[in-house]
Parts: sequence; C-alpha cells; structure tokens
Amino acid sequence: MTVQQILFFYFATVIVLLSLGAVTMRNSVYSVLMVLAMFFHMAGIYLTLNAEFLAAVQVVVYAGAVLVLYLFVVFLVNLKQEARITRFVKHPALGGVMAGALFLMLLFAFGSFSLGPQGAWPVAAIEEATFTRALAMELFTRYLLPFEVVGLILLIAVVGGIVLAKREESQEGAGRETAGSSITRGEA
Amino acid sequence: MNAVPPLMLFSVSPVAPELVLVGLGLLLVGIASFPKVPKLIMPSVTALGALVALMLLYTTSSGATSLMNMLVMDGYSRFFKTICLVALLLTVLISERYRTAVDMRHGEYYCLMIFAVVGMMVMISAVDLIMLYVGLELMALSVYCLVGLLKHDTRANEAALKYFLMGAFSSGFFLYGLTLIYGLTGTTQLSELAQRIALLDLSANYALLAGLGLVAVAFAFKVAAAPFHMWTPDVYEGAPTAVTAFMSVAPKAASFAVLGRVLMEGFPMMHDQWGPLLAVFALLSMAVGNIVAIAQTNIKRMLAYSSIAHAGYALLGILAGTAEGLSATMNYLLIYALMSLGAFAIIVHLSSRDGRGERLEDYKGLAQDNPLAALLMLLFMFSLTGIPPTAGFMGKLYLLIAIMNAGHLWLALGAVLFSAISAYYYLRLVRYMYMHEAKPAPRLVFSFGVAAALCVSVFGVAALGVVPSAVLAWAGQAMLGF
Repeated sequence: MTVQQILFFYFATVIVLLSLGAVTMRNSVYSVLMVLAMFFHMAGIYLTLNAEFLAAVQVVVYAGAVLVLYLFVVFLVNLKQEARITRFVKHPALGGVMAGALFLMLLFAFGSFSLGPQGAWPVAAIEEATFTRALAMELFTRYLLPFEVVGLILLIAVVGGIVLAKREESQEGAGRETAGSSITRGEA
Repeated sequence: MNAVPPLMLFSVSPVAPELVLVGLGLLLVGIASFPKVPKLIMPSVTALGALVALMLLYTTSSGATSLMNMLVMDGYSRFFKTICLVALLLTVLISERYRTAVDMRHGEYYCLMIFAVVGMMVMISAVDLIMLYVGLELMALSVYCLVGLLKHDTRANEAALKYFLMGAFSSGFFLYGLTLIYGLTGTTQLSELAQRIALLDLSANYALLAGLGLVAVAFAFKVAAAPFHMWTPDVYEGAPTAVTAFMSVAPKAASFAVLGRVLMEGFPMMHDQWGPLLAVFALLSMAVGNIVAIAQTNIKRMLAYSSIAHAGYALLGILAGTAEGLSATMNYLLIYALMSLGAFAIIVHLSSRDGRGERLEDYKGLAQDNPLAALLMLLFMFSLTGIPPTAGFMGKLYLLIAIMNAGHLWLALGAVLFSAISAYYYLRLVRYMYMHEAKPAPRLVFSFGVAAALCVSVFGVAALGVVPSAVLAWAGQAMLGF
C-alpha cells in the first residue's frame, strides 16, 4: 500500500464513523462537532488528491461558515424539546430492510466496477498546471454555463430563505392562531 | 483537453428564452422588495415574459444547435419547453384569484415560479449530466419554497418539509448514480455515453446497472411514479392550490423530458434492462394511483393520486423505447397539462380562505349554483378518465397503440383495466356536481385570469380530442431533430 492509499483509508474510515456518529448522537452539539471533524477529514481527502484549493474552500466555507450556521441553529432551537415528528412511513423496520437491501445490492454491484478512461485532467496534468489554475480553466470555459446556473441556485436559496423566514406582518385574523408548526416555529 | 468553442454574444441565441426569463426573474426580485407594488404588475410581467419566451422558442434558429456542449436546442426540447411555459402562463393566470382568496401576498411568488421554469428549461435542454443536475436543483429549490409559502398553514409546512427532505434524498440517489456512471465511462456527455458503453462493452456491467437504476429512481421520484410516490398526496394537498396546479404539470413534464433523453440518447443499448424497470414503475403507478384515489375525500389528494396514475400512463411510451412511444408520451403530457391545469383552475375558482373547494363535498350541487363551472369540470373529468371524444382519450389511445406495437400486450391490458377503475372516482365528482342538491354557498367572484386559463385549457382539451393528429405529428417532427 502506498502512503496515499493508507491516508485514503484512514480518512474514509473516519468520515464514515463520524457521519454515523453525527446522525446517531442524542446531543446536537456533539453532532455538530462530529460534522466539524468530518469536514476536516474531507479536506484531508482533497489534499491527497492534489486539490489544495478545494481543501481550503472546504475548511473555510464548510468548517467555517456552514458549521457556525449549524451552531446558531442548535442554539436557537430549544434542545430540551426535541422535535417529534410523526414518521412518514409507519414501520421503521421496513426502512431498515430497504436500506440494508440497497446497501448489499450496491456492494454486489461494486464488484464489477472497472475504472473508465480518464478525463482531461489526470493527476500528472494537474500537478503540472497546478490545481487552482486547472479548476479555473475548467470552471470558466467548459463548465461556464453550469457555473452560472449554480449562481442562480444560490440566489433562489437566498430569496426562498428570506421569504420563508420573514415574519408575516399583516396576517390578520385567524391565521395567526394556527401559525407555524412546532417544527418551524421552535420556541420563537 | 478538447477545445471548447468560445462564448460569443450571438452564440447564446439558443438560450434566448431562458435569458429573457432570468432577466425578468431578477427584475421581479427587485420589484418584490418594494413595499407597495400595484397588484397586477408582477403577474402581467410574468405572463408577458412567458409569452416572449414562447415566441423566442420558435423564432430562434431551427435544427439542433448546442451551446458549449452543455445545452442543446432541438425540436424535442422545444416541445417540452412549450409545455412548461404554457403551464407557467396558465398558473400565473389563476394565481391572482387564488392569492386574493387565501391572502398570500408574497411578491417573490412569481420570481420563484420563473426560476423554477428556468431550471426546467435547463434540464430539458441539458446534454451534459452536470448541467442536468444544476438545472434539476434550480427547479427543485424554487418549488420547495413555493410549496411552503402558506406559512400559517401547518399542512403547508409539513408538505414543504416533506418535499424538501424527500427531494434532497432523491438528489442524493441521482448524484450517486451519476458518480457510478462517470466512474465507469469517464464522461458526462450524453452523446459520448452511448459510444463509451458500446466501446467498453459495459451494457451488462452491474455497477453501470446500479448507476442507471439510481438515476431512474431519482426521476421516478420527480415524476411521482410508484413506488416513489409517497410524498405526492401530502405535498399536493398542503401546497397552495395554484402551486399544486403548477407542480402537477411542469416539473413532471421536465422530468419526463430528461428521462426520455437520458435513456434514449445515453443508454439506448440498455433498453432490455431499463424497459422492464420502467414497466414495473408504470404498472405500480397506474394501480396505486387509480385504486387509492377512490378512497380520497379531498379533491387535491384525489388529483394527486390521479397524477400518479397519469405518470404511469406517460411512462408507457418511454418504456416502449421507440420513437413512436416517445412521441405518444410527449403528446400525452401536453394533453395532461391542459386537463390538469383546467381542473385546478376550477378548484381555484371555488377556493376561499377557509379551505372551501378542497373537499369533494363542496362540489355537491355545483351544477345548480354554477352550471358553467360544473360543465367545464365535467369536461376535464371526462378527459382525465379518457372518455371519447376528449383529448384524454386520444392521448391514451396513442400510448396504447405505441406500447402494443412494442410488443407489451399485457401492459396495454393493465392500462385499460386501471383506466376503467379510474372512471369510478372521476365520475363520482361529476355525480356530486349534477345529482345532488346545492348547499348554500357564498357567491363566487369572477376573475379574468381564471376565465382566460379555463378558455385555453378547454380549447386545448376539446381541440386535441377532435384533431388529435396535429400534436402527434408535431411531436413526431420534434423527434426528428433528436
């Protein structure tokens, strides 16, 4: 095993364990911290792939901005009253069976995975051009259109977030009494 | 690294309709931030934008032109974009009446709707899987917000949350499938995908099958096909009725367009694998949709199950894997768009703040109260059932012919059987309207928008029933440019 493989297995294993921890922890602050550690390990994987720009973005944006946002959410909603939502599907075991079956099926399918022809940027080419340069070249030429549409997605996220979070100022009458479910209103 | 043609101003003309809509959407975001805006400005601007986009769709150069190997403008995408724009137009027409009725005053309503349509148009035109994904997310995100607009209604909150969670899940499936497909073939371009699969002899590879399966599941979720339909009734019921009308047509048409293009262009040689998979989806959808609809007492839930059933019918044409089948599906989706929007326009016409017009009970004796509305609803119900000479009948007929020509006699049989079952609940509504005494009801307000939307959909449903071959020929033509 090369050093890179060892690093990959380390990062991959830790990421899986941390993600499991994040969704199973009872205490949301622990969950958020698990996610934080997971983001750093993701950045580690990017580093082993020579993607130092992505690694930096991962740390700055996810570990920095997104995670702080999660922490704010955790502080704002009342943790003692855990949100109780009725299940969409009545039998949790059914979901478990489905998920397990899907997992086994995918494991089986991976057996016949064969790596396809490499794209325009094998590791050697990236090392020569440096990653940030390669990323910029792709992003602003071939992937310019998707890049622009992603900009629109962010705009919609902002607009939608504001619309849904804004207090309705003149919602007169009965509407108020039934306002908001426990999920969205929290303790506000 | 193969060269990418530089982007010039004139080369963007294939996406001119999208650009116009994006511009208008941004303008509306700006307008919405002003506290007092005359009421009719936003809907007029949106409707005008939809009309201009429709016009540009047909004035830009014909034939297939692609933009940076990402988007393609061909007859196929033009057909589906027409459905989405017509859906936008009709929804805008019925929106103002509904917004007044339930006091939903967010100015952002229209720009969210415009951006949803932009996302759909990107999806429909996309020939690269990455482009496809970003279009899908743009559409999905806008629609999640639209569903949750009625913040004081707990049903709407639940619907938005449910739709968002399930949608995020289905995006996950889609991306996972894409990863597998990309890993095996090394390309995200649909046209190269088919070549690579043939070249590398991957058509029986289990990993590729898993990837394809995951993508199919994601789109089965988007078109609300069983067994991935669980979200549909709750979301359709909870969403504002005008949004439900929009959702039952436009995102569905766009997702069918993608399904057709990805399967027929990217994986044509794997038809033996995806055909049976879609057959299972189609049969289950027709069964679940039509049988469970019988038990509903809320008309929006009933139409939700009906839309699941109709997704099943529309899948028939795609799973046939023939040009005839695909054009039958396209024809059917246009017809379904008109009849579904028509039925929802009537619901909007009857709606009021206290939720009137949503229970089936509210339709008892409608024929005495409001004979014209009852007559139109009757027409849409007949069309949804597939009773001749309405458009719904012709649409189903072409689908059945296509599926039988492809050799799936038993599927055609199933479709006929479940259509017969569907007559029970569609015609029950008709019976309520015509054979019951009227209850005292508040006077309804005439709305120009609803009337205009009803005119368009009634004309469409009637005309496509009488001269059905016109659209089919158009859809067939569109296929040539594929």
